[in-house]
Amino acid sequence: MSILVDEKSRVVVQGITGKEGTFHTKQMLDYGTKVVAGVTPGKGGQKVEAVPVYNTVRQAVQNEDANVACIFVPPPFAADAIVDAASSGIKIIICITEGIPVLDMVKVSSFLKDKNCVLIGPNCPGIISPGKTKIGIMPGFIHSQGPMAVISRSGTLTYEVVDQLERVGLGQSTCIGIGGDPIVGTTFIDHLKRFKDDPDTEGVVLIGEIGGSAEEEAAKYIQEEFNKPVIAFIAGQTAPPGRRMGHAGAIISGGQGKAEDKIKALQDAGITVALNLGVLGQTALGVMR
Amino acid sequence: MKLHEYQAKDLLGKAGIPVPGGQLATTADEAAKATEIIAGPPWVVKAQIHAGGRGKAGGVKVVQTPEEVVSVTRSLLGTPLITKQTGPEGAVVNQVFIEEGVDIEAEFYLSMVIDRTTASPAMIFSQAGGTDIEETAAGSSGKIFRESIDPTVGWMDYNARNLLYSLDPPPPAESIRAFMSVMANVYKAFVNLDCSLLEINPLVLTKDRKVIAIDAKITIDDNALFRHKDLLALDDPREKDPLELMANEYNLNYIRLSGNIGAMVNGAGLAMATMDVIKMAGADPANFLDVGGGANEEMITRAIEIILKDSRVKAILINIFGGILRCDVLARGVVAAAKTTGIDLPLIVRLEGTNVEAGREILNDSGLKFLVAKDLAEAAELVAGQV
Repeated sequence: MSILVDEKSRVVVQGITGKEGTFHTKQMLDYGTKVVAGVTPGKGGQKVEAVPVYNTVRQAVQNEDANVACIFVPPPFAADAIVDAASSGIKIIICITEGIPVLDMVKVSSFLKDKNCVLIGPNCPGIISPGKTKIGIMPGFIHSQGPMAVISRSGTLTYEVVDQLERVGLGQSTCIGIGGDPIVGTTFIDHLKRFKDDPDTEGVVLIGEIGGSAEEEAAKYIQEEFNKPVIAFIAGQTAPPGRRMGHAGAIISGGQGKAEDKIKALQDAGITVALNLGVLGQTALGVMR
Repeated sequence: MKLHEYQAKDLLGKAGIPVPGGQLATTADEAAKATEIIAGPPWVVKAQIHAGGRGKAGGVKVVQTPEEVVSVTRSLLGTPLITKQTGPEGAVVNQVFIEEGVDIEAEFYLSMVIDRTTASPAMIFSQAGGTDIEETAAGSSGKIFRESIDPTVGWMDYNARNLLYSLDPPPPAESIRAFMSVMANVYKAFVNLDCSLLEINPLVLTKDRKVIAIDAKITIDDNALFRHKDLLALDDPREKDPLELMANEYNLNYIRLSGNIGAMVNGAGLAMATMDVIKMAGADPANFLDVGGGANEEMITRAIEIILKDSRVKAILINIFGGILRCDVLARGVVAAAKTTGIDLPLIVRLEGTNVEAGREILNDSGLKFLVAKDLAEAAELVAGQV
């Protein structure tokens, strides 16, 4: 088993005719992902990598039974794309787009509140269940199937962690990038709840970074309710306050969101924190043994 | 994008929030002329830099004569102001804002931010205005009040009442309407301008019961600038590090730090973690540099050039986990940069991921001198060993 997506997931790529959309559609198809439709307004009727392109998400759902959306739409139009997918009955929406105005995400979050719909991202690498499906931009070949779940606020940092897990023989059940923006669709806790009931997941690697309080909230949940070992890493221990470290959400503001506070909250909750990224794989192996 | 106080107040004034009369001056002559337009004495001369903490650093002076306005302006212009937010080198004052003095009865703190947990705008209000709000927050959190705004209905007057009647005692009855109007207009301005921060500290109640914004700070969400072309003119590049400006031009994410190890990484999270690993190996990073997931050869070349322009850099660590950015593209960019700039510093390269073999081959065949690290831990140790 895996969470949220598997080999049966039928993906519609929004923004499929763009450079990124086209490139990653091919990558996903090569991995074995069922990309069944694409959407670019005004380009309906075309084909990209033999995948039919529609003008609306609704048409893609009606004609191809798409049930997962993967969004590569540019930032000014991304909020519209997310709401479009949700309104068309898509239950799992993965938004790769980086640079969406935060007030657009305020509206989107408010809209999604009473919809039975999961938004992963924005500003994320997507989700992969190795050997089953890859919906996003991560390099598929670095992953193999196994017992570890990975939940991360970052992209390449996740690849680094996965590489280290692979070197110590730990494959993954599902890896999710929840996104590096201040407002994202799902939190660490949302996914921990799913991994809790996933029989194929034996342990979780949680990759956080400075900014916000998602890691502290996750620590509390893990201590009170989670039933599997967790290994955590927090990026940005040396980040200066008040500066946005690449990700829109990675900023220490008003003394809040510091790495040391997050690390302490996780350690106080009994979670193993790898302080040095260089030894994360070994640390995970130690915990899983 | 951060705005200067005078720019923020101009926007607030247009949004219907009362601000004192004021005039910008970039020379002593302009300052003298300002005293003819702006009501006074007293006048307040305020250094215009982006960093906070100006008052305590001597960047805000209340004066009684036009001569003093001129002499204070002279002493501020062209000199660096060192505040707790500028760092030890300070920020050069290029312009001052001359304002009419205000008869203050009470000071308040008012701001609007995005509350990440509730995914909504939130207004923060406190009677501990004028002072260091962060210290107040740490010491007596009961005195700071927060109101989350439901984005579907927007600002409602009850939001204002919740904040105003939380104070003990609440503001005088005859000022409540004025406070409510300021709060409603702050929300409107926050949304209309796509702010990520709008802060008025202090918001004052004057002796004649007016509510006026005495200091203001606005940060515009960079991601929303595409729909605010008119605001782009307010950007002041003099407030930024020249290397950071150069990086901006090439779409590189570069932040200058205080150490001597130049670092080039793909991805923000990995770049942050690489800084941390350098520090743990006993050295100090000179910068944060994320070339992005999809960097091309030219961006890599520019990134190396920017790192080399920082004269404090004594060694360079390149840490790339190739995903979309292929290792061969990276390698070609590094080799091109080496040709144009002649890298004579120790170079440590750690490559992993897509096309890693091709990347290593290009580097090996280039004649470039560099050390290869097999993993991140070794890379950090190698680079720390160079300084």
